[in-house]
This record gives sequence, C-alpha cells and structure tokens, in this order.
Amino acid sequence: MAARSRELKTGPLLAPAVGVLLFWMIVPLAFTLWFSFQRYNLQNPMITGFAGITNYKILLMSSRLWVSILNTLVLVGSVLSLTVIFGIIFAVVFDQDFPGRNIARLLVTAPFFIMPTVSALIWKNLLMHPVNGFFSYVSRWLGLPVIDWFVQWPMFSVIMIVAWQWIPFATLILVTAMQSLDREQMEAARMDGAKGFALFWNITLPHLARPISVVVMIECIFLLSVFAEILVTTSGGPGMATTNLSYFIYMRALLQWDVGGASAAGVIAIVLANIVAAFLIRTFAKNLERD
Amino acid sequence: MNNSRNSLIAGIIGWTSAIVMFFPIFWMLVTSFKSEIDAVVPSIFFKPTLQSYFDVNSRADYLHYAWNSVVESIGSTILALMIGLPAAYACAFYPGRKTKDLLLWMLSTKMMPAVGVLVPMYLMFRDAGLLDTRLGLVLLFTGGNLPIVIWMLYSFFKDVPTPILEAGRMDGARFWTQMRYILIPISLPGIASTALLSIILCWNEAFWSLNLSASQAGPLTAFIASFSSPEGLFWAKLSAASTLAVAPILIMGWITQRQLVRGLTFGAVK
Amino acid sequence: MANLSLKNVTKSFGALNIIKGIDLEINDHEFCVFVGPSGCGKSTLLRLIAGLEEITSGDLTIAGKRVNDVPPDERGLAMVFQSYALYPHMTVRENMGFALKLAKVPQAERDARVEKVAELLELGPYLERKPKALSGGQRQRVAIGRAIIREPSIFLFDEPLSNLDAALRVQTRIELARLHERLGSTMIYVTHDQVEAMTLADKIVVLKDGLIEQVGTPMELYHHPKNRFVGGFIGSPKMNFIKARVGTTSADGVEIILPGGAKMAVPVSGASVKTGESVELGVRPEHLQLDEHGPLSGTVIVAERLGAETFVHVELSPDTIVIAQVDGGSTIRVHDQARLSAVGNACHVFAADGTALPALTQHPLVAKHI
Repeated sequence: MAARSRELKTGPLLAPAVGVLLFWMIVPLAFTLWFSFQRYNLQNPMITGFAGITNYKILLMSSRLWVSILNTLVLVGSVLSLTVIFGIIFAVVFDQDFPGRNIARLLVTAPFFIMPTVSALIWKNLLMHPVNGFFSYVSRWLGLPVIDWFVQWPMFSVIMIVAWQWIPFATLILVTAMQSLDREQMEAARMDGAKGFALFWNITLPHLARPISVVVMIECIFLLSVFAEILVTTSGGPGMATTNLSYFIYMRALLQWDVGGASAAGVIAIVLANIVAAFLIRTFAKNLERD
Repeated sequence: MNNSRNSLIAGIIGWTSAIVMFFPIFWMLVTSFKSEIDAVVPSIFFKPTLQSYFDVNSRADYLHYAWNSVVESIGSTILALMIGLPAAYACAFYPGRKTKDLLLWMLSTKMMPAVGVLVPMYLMFRDAGLLDTRLGLVLLFTGGNLPIVIWMLYSFFKDVPTPILEAGRMDGARFWTQMRYILIPISLPGIASTALLSIILCWNEAFWSLNLSASQAGPLTAFIASFSSPEGLFWAKLSAASTLAVAPILIMGWITQRQLVRGLTFGAVK
Repeated sequence: MANLSLKNVTKSFGALNIIKGIDLEINDHEFCVFVGPSGCGKSTLLRLIAGLEEITSGDLTIAGKRVNDVPPDERGLAMVFQSYALYPHMTVRENMGFALKLAKVPQAERDARVEKVAELLELGPYLERKPKALSGGQRQRVAIGRAIIREPSIFLFDEPLSNLDAALRVQTRIELARLHERLGSTMIYVTHDQVEAMTLADKIVVLKDGLIEQVGTPMELYHHPKNRFVGGFIGSPKMNFIKARVGTTSADGVEIILPGGAKMAVPVSGASVKTGESVELGVRPEHLQLDEHGPLSGTVIVAERLGAETFVHVELSPDTIVIAQVDGGSTIRVHDQARLSAVGNACHVFAADGTALPALTQHPLVAKHI
C-alpha cells in the first residue's frame, strides 16, 4: 500500500517512539562524550575544566582498563561457547519425544527467568559457600578438598552463574527453531541413508545456523553488560579478577566519583559494543529483507 | 527400532539436565522452608517451617519493594505499549522507504551498553530529582524495552494479512475502528505475550534498578542485592524472599515461553 | 449513462508506472471482466476503483460523480478478496453484519438482512461458526455474502475462484453467473483465467503492461481480435501463429503465401499491407482440420487424446509447430504425416507490428450482438 495514503499519516504514530528513543540515546550519549573530555570528580566538584584527551590517555595507558576488557572478552566468550554447545545439545534432546518431556523442558528453561541478583546469591551462598554451601557438603562427603570458589576460581564461578542463566535462553530459542525443521527434508535424507550423527551434521545443524547466529548476537548485547552477578558476588575481586568493563566503569563512576574517567571508559565501552552491533544489524537487515 | 532407543537416550540426558539445571532453584525452595539453623546445614532432612516467609516481610519490609517491582514493571509496560503499538502498526501496515532503516535504528539503540551512559544518567536523574523515584525507573525501563516491544508487536502484526484490514476499510472502518474491532482482537495473544515479556524484562532488570534506586523506589532486584553483604547471612529468609521474588515471573515465563522467543530474538525466530 | 467511467487514469508507485493511461466505460448491470497476464495491472486497476490505492492522475467517475477522493466505503462498492479476507475472530453472522454495525443499523434489522443473504447463499446452518470451521467454498460464499449485504451498486471481485479446486471452481463460476442474473448489479471481475472471462463476461477488458489491448464482448474478442496478443490470449488451446508473406491483395481479401509455397485466401482487408510483406497467419486449433489436400503439412509429434476430441501437434518445420483439434475418433498417430487446412474465414492475419488486418465481414454472432 502506498505510504502516503490519504487514509493515514504515519508521522504521528511513529513520533512518540522515535522521540523517546532519540532522547534516551542522543542526550546521554552527548553528555558522556562531553564529560569524557572534562576533568570532573564529584568528590572535588569545584575542580572542573577541559581535560582534552587526558582521561583517555590515563585509561588507555593504565593496565586496569585492559584487564577489564580482557575479562569482558573471557566472560563473554566462555558463556557464548557454553550456551551454544549446551543449547544445541538440549535442543536436539528435547526435540525427541520422551516421557515427561514438557516438564523437563520447563525445568531446564527456568533459570532464565530468575532475576540476576537472586541467581547470584543462590550460587554464592547456598551452593558455593565454602562452609555452608551445598558443594562443600558434597566435597566433604566425598572426601575431596573444599573449594572456596570465589577466592580460588573467581572468574570461573562468575562464568558458571552467567552461563547457568543463559543456557536456557539458547535452549529456548533453538528448541523453537527445531520446530520449523522441515520433516520432509529429514525423511528424504533418511532415504538417502543419513542416520544419527550424519543426519544431525548435514541437515539439522545447517538449519540451526541462522538461529544460532541470532542467539550469539543477542547474547553478545546482554553479556557485554553483565553487572549484577559481579556486584553481588565478588565486587570485581579478588583484585581485578572478575572486573569486567561494566563493573570497571561502575567503580569509577559511583565508587570513585571520577566522572571524567568513567565517561571516557564509557565511550570505549560504547565503541566496543558498536563493533558487535554492526554485525548484528547487518544480519537483521537481511532478516527484514526476507520477510 | 531406532526411535525407542533414541527416546531412551534423550530421556536420560533430558531428565539429567533438567534436574541439574533446576537444582539451584529447587535448593532455594527447600532452604526457604527451613529454620535459620537448619538453613546453614545443607541437609535434605529437616523440619519444614513457614517462619522465614513471615519474617521476610516483618524485618525487611519485603512488601514495599515488591510493590515497587509491580508498579515499575506494569507501569513501564503500559507506557511502552501505548507508545509502541501505534509505531508497530505504522511499520507493519504502512511501510515506506524508511521503515526498514527505522526498525534497525531502534534495534541499535538497544545495543548501546547501559553502562556507557551510567554517568550522565546518574547526574541527570540527580539533578531532575528522579533518583530513587518510581517515575524515574519507569521512564528508564520504557526507553530500554521500547525496541523489543515494537519489534515484537511488528512481528505479530505482520502475521495479520493486509486484506483483512482492507476488507475492514471497504466495510467502513477507519483507524480507531480497525484497531478496536479487527486488529487488536486478532493479535491479542501477540500483544499479551509482548506485555508479559516486557513485565519479565522490567522485573528482572538489574542495572539501573541497582544504581539509580535506593529504599524508596528500589524494586526486588535491589532488595535481594542488599542481602549480599555479610550481615545478610540469614539464608532461610534470603531463600524465602528470593522465592517470593521470582515465583510470579517464573510462572509467567513458563506459560508464555513459546511466544517470548519472538520478542527475545527481535522476530528472527518464530 | 455509464455507471462507472475511467478517463486517462494512471497509477505509479514512485518511478514505476503500473497503469499507463486507461479509458473505460462500464455500463449499469454489466458483468465486466478484467483479464490479462500476471503483472498487467488488472488487480491494481480494481484496487484503484475500490479506493484502496490512490489514483496518480486521471478521473474515476461513479454514477456521474468524481470519486477520486472519496473513501472506499462511500463509493457504493463492495469487494470480494482473493483470499476472502474474512475476520477470523468473528462468526459468519458477525462477518456479514460488520458493515451494517459500523453504519449503526439497529440490531433487529441487521439480523434480518444477514439471514436473508444467508438464505440466498445457503449459509443458514453456518451462521454461528467461525471461518476456520468452514470449507473453502463456504468461506467464499461468506465473502460474497459480506459484499451483497451492503447492497452496493457495483461488486468488485479479485480473482475469487483462484483458491478453489478445479471442480469447485466450475460449480462456483456457474453460481456467480446466476447471482449476477438474480441481482442484476454491475460486477467488475478480475481473473487471469480466460475461460472464466469468456463464460461470465458481458464485456471483457484485455490488459497488458498497464494498457488496454481490447475491449469487447467475448464473441468479439474471439472472432475479431484486434492484435496478436489478444488473439493469442483468448482461446484454449492457444491460437496457432504461422509466419507467412503477403501475396496479392484484392477487394475479396488477401492471398497469403505459406512457407513451402502453398497459398491461402483470407477475407481480410489488405489496405495496410503490400505484397511481399511479412505477416503472421493466426488460426485456432478448432479451425484446423485434417485434409489430404491441405496447404500445411508436417509430422505428428504429439497426440493428446481427450476422448471427445484429440489435439494433434504437427511439426510443419523445425521452428513451427501447430496444434489442431480433430475428432476424438480420428486414428492419427505420432510419427504420422499429416496435411491440414483451415477454414478460410476463420483465419486471422497479423501485420508485422501485431495489429490484425480487419475482417471484411463480421461474424454472425457478433453482428447480432450475442
């Protein structure tokens, strides 16, 4: 239908949405950029002034920023791998019919709906606590040494918590995608002699390629900003072991009150995210074409 | 035959993973029914009690935070629907040259890491008197969820064949009539799923709610987070509070699982 | 006075010109069919008349009033969509009564009118069902009922039979013809199927690439196609085209020289052609016959036996194959040699630019306006 139909002007319908998003994007973004070039610390609000690229220089030369970026990449990469691998396995498993399948599937997808603070505290206290946690209980019962998870394996522990929450997400998406698998195609492949693993590798996996890429990209958006789990469990420590970029900026902004520094780091985070976003947008643009 | 063997293997793996994945939640549930003394001993045998549930509210004013969660989630969802529904309608039924770009741009606003604008947001909120207010969080959540809401509604609207609306035009229905009698009744399930997804995302939001709120407007995410300090060692109460905090969303999520996939993947997987 | 008239109507989508200039008059009570290949613009033209698309330039007049800017529901029209477009969440009764409800017709009157139309279309027992509980044919009748109840002066049909299976299509075609008979309203009908066009229409409009190729009664189009396109479009199996040259012209007609040297006399006017010019001889399969002394000869490559008739595909030359319709009892077989002749005054001659040479006499059915 023609866009400029007498019947309806789309302008007023779109305006509020566009307005809200423009405001939420442009204004804070502009301020972040502005502040990043300023010398502004809320603990000494009197000292202000143009700082040029000082903030950036300090940041980029400090190892702390790079450590946090590395941690971010490790966290995101590990969780992505875990969720995709388990997501595929669970999707294939739950596509088969077995007794109580629907209930089992509900149980598997439950963790995704638990709020991050609850997830983190369950893992930290009920499970991983070195004295009273369930894991320590099992270790003692088996005669194995008790592991103080957040002290000895902090990053690993955080990865476990985050992966536990996001594997259900990948599972949910991929299980749904399996439904649209062309059964006739599978039957044709079976008649050609493909069974078991060959069937999976040649038919199922290519079909899942697109949903997997969607899962990866959406998870990227959210995993880059993991925050609550770290705040509640390790507060970035020990040392900087679990400080990702999000937490690093948080510390700068709301603990050290270094507005200038935090803004500069924020700009860097935005740049990083945009690189990922560019890939995402292209894929979704192709999706829109197909519709 | 292959099928029953496949079924057996799938059943074993399926149920094992279900038990493993659900165990932490199960453990939380179990702990919530223990007394505090029992709670620190990870045993399966204990005398169940509801004491923790009662204490949760009396000690820490759980209901206040729960109410904040409710108000902020539902308020933001209503606002997002009011703004998003007309926009999705325009994109789905009156697409123009720029529609695709517009939708992609909305998607891109979701990709900006919240932490990147933490500083100006905090200062803006402080100066506008929005820190620790429900209104502030509602506005933030709306802005954050709007792209998902619009894409999800767009995806459901695209499923409604255009000739049905054209038939409505021929019958004499203008915009509001079309909405009321044709479009909304037909896409009601989709609109409901979108609303539920929005509520879930708001309820579980754990960045702005932790940084821009305190005792007045803090939702349950912040409430639970306050248990993370060493004083908050009361695990039975923690479990009870957590169970209460997550139960409604868990149930909501379970009911609408399938439809949520569309919203979570911006319409890419249906 | 014409009921509907289009004057120099064009429609463009941006830089794309879909309708390039249409002049058409449709009279009261007429069953007018728009027919043409995919992409010719027939559906777009219908939607312009309906008001679902905006006319780029030109005038659309209904009952003497210019309606370019009048909304669809105020033009006195009703439309039956190709996919029926029934409201899936409403019962049959509510579907049919919707327009009346919007016009604030009181409930009692609404019910009465719905029931009357339901009776006409034999939908009585289905009034409380929702569309998904109906068969394709029933859904189509509901779509028609929805249109009838508005008592429009013009009905618009957008390929209404294309979603039905073959048997149902024939049956519904007949029902539509009888409906037109009964209601007497003007009907504008879009289809790509020329059999539907021929059987239903009072007037056929053949469209190609956004322009009208010819307007006329079915018999006019069949017997006197104005150009090669219309000749090839109307009639199934398609008209045969044989390359030929003009021999001599006279007051009685034109003599055609066929490949191979044989000559044939065709009673068409030779005024616009010269001797030696390349033309095409157009002859329908049903006008070719097996004739031992016929001017066309070749090898039979396919024989399609349908029982009542047999379609024989004869290869006259490596690049010319003609189809002839012969009696079902013929014993001709593949690989046989065959000679064909054509009934002289059932042939057509098309000049190099595609236009038909005008016939010297009109076919009796056309002359009597049948």
